Amino acid sequence: MLLMKTIKINVFIDRENKNAEVELGGSSSVSDLLNKLKINPVTVIVSRNNELILEDEKLNDKDEIKILSVISGG
Amino acid sequence: MQIKLNNQNCCGEKPVIQLTAGEKLCRGHFNEYFESKVFKTIRQFDLIGKEENLGVALSGGKDSLTVLTILNKLSTQNPKIKIHAIAIDEGIAGYRDKTLATAQKFCDENGVKLNIFSYKEEFGFTLDEMLKILNVKPCSICGVFRRYLLNKKSRELKLTKLATGHNLDDECQSIIMNQMKNNIEASARLGPKVGVISDEKFAQRIKPLYLCMEKEVTTYAFINGLLDNFNECPNAAHSFRAQVRDMLNDMEQKFAGTKYGIVNSFLETLPILKEKFRGEMVQVCAKCSEPSSNDLCSACVYLEKLRKSVMH
Repeated sequence: MLLMKTIKINVFIDRENKNAEVELGGSSSVSDLLNKLKINPVTVIVSRNNELILEDEKLNDKDEIKILSVISGG
Repeated sequence: MQIKLNNQNCCGEKPVIQLTAGEKLCRGHFNEYFESKVFKTIRQFDLIGKEENLGVALSGGKDSLTVLTILNKLSTQNPKIKIHAIAIDEGIAGYRDKTLATAQKFCDENGVKLNIFSYKEEFGFTLDEMLKILNVKPCSICGVFRRYLLNKKSRELKLTKLATGHNLDDECQSIIMNQMKNNIEASARLGPKVGVISDEKFAQRIKPLYLCMEKEVTTYAFINGLLDNFNECPNAAHSFRAQVRDMLNDMEQKFAGTKYGIVNSFLETLPILKEKFRGEMVQVCAKCSEPSSNDLCSACVYLEKLRKSVMH
């Protein structure tokens, strides 16, 4: 039986000030990650190693991802 | 700026953003795109003249730091445009103290004078104290006192205009909120340049980020080191504005360009609205002599209630 490879991503969500470990399918992208976390891509920017990455960027196992809210402070 | 697109990418560099129309821009091209968009907005709506004593309302958040960064560049190119930063300390424990520290650090590093005015010093109460005394919506009372102070202090500092960090998302939310509340007169006071220029009681306010989406502003702030680690105002999360914002973001995700559509169509109707609701002579508050549409301005009405509640 062919086992589907999965990856584990470490995510920091700044709006909630929380860290989470998210498991995704092997060839998942930033878009899949946001979808799984139910975050609207319009409302955030995403970085890996302090560099911005777009929704179609593929993620790798053990990636450290930051999801930063674009919502104004007030 | 003309960016040549190669398979939707601006060049061989790694992209940092995908624009609404689909183009992917790298850091360098996005900086060029964003700054030229702001300068174009300034020209298109005649926001800044050749000689100005320009104030920038600074909260320490990404929008106001972005405005200050770009206007500071403009000031460097045109020394007749002088820049002063104004910050309001409402007294929101655990929030504003952090953003003010960021604002002060930025101004120190960039040679901009920062003038800080506090609710406590000007009105005798912090916002936190006001909200313990009166049963009112935080954003409503806070907005009244903030606008009051910004206008009064701009005048005292002899500023020719006051620039704010309002972006396309803010404007879009205000337009829809006014529609939902059937308050079109309030929409007549929106737009990239607001306030009565001919009355010495009013400081005219300008919005250089008027056509920039919040995601673009955040991207600019991130790649230029202007993004700090703090969240939205603790009072704002459950406001009517927050619900309208979430609804608009859902629509933008499903139908890209929704926000541009709303603001651009609003701009078409704005001259008609301004004409319809063109103000009569500006009245002044009987108590404080600040501009007001009633006998007493909203700030004085709130202050009376606060003082009475404290006495009882």
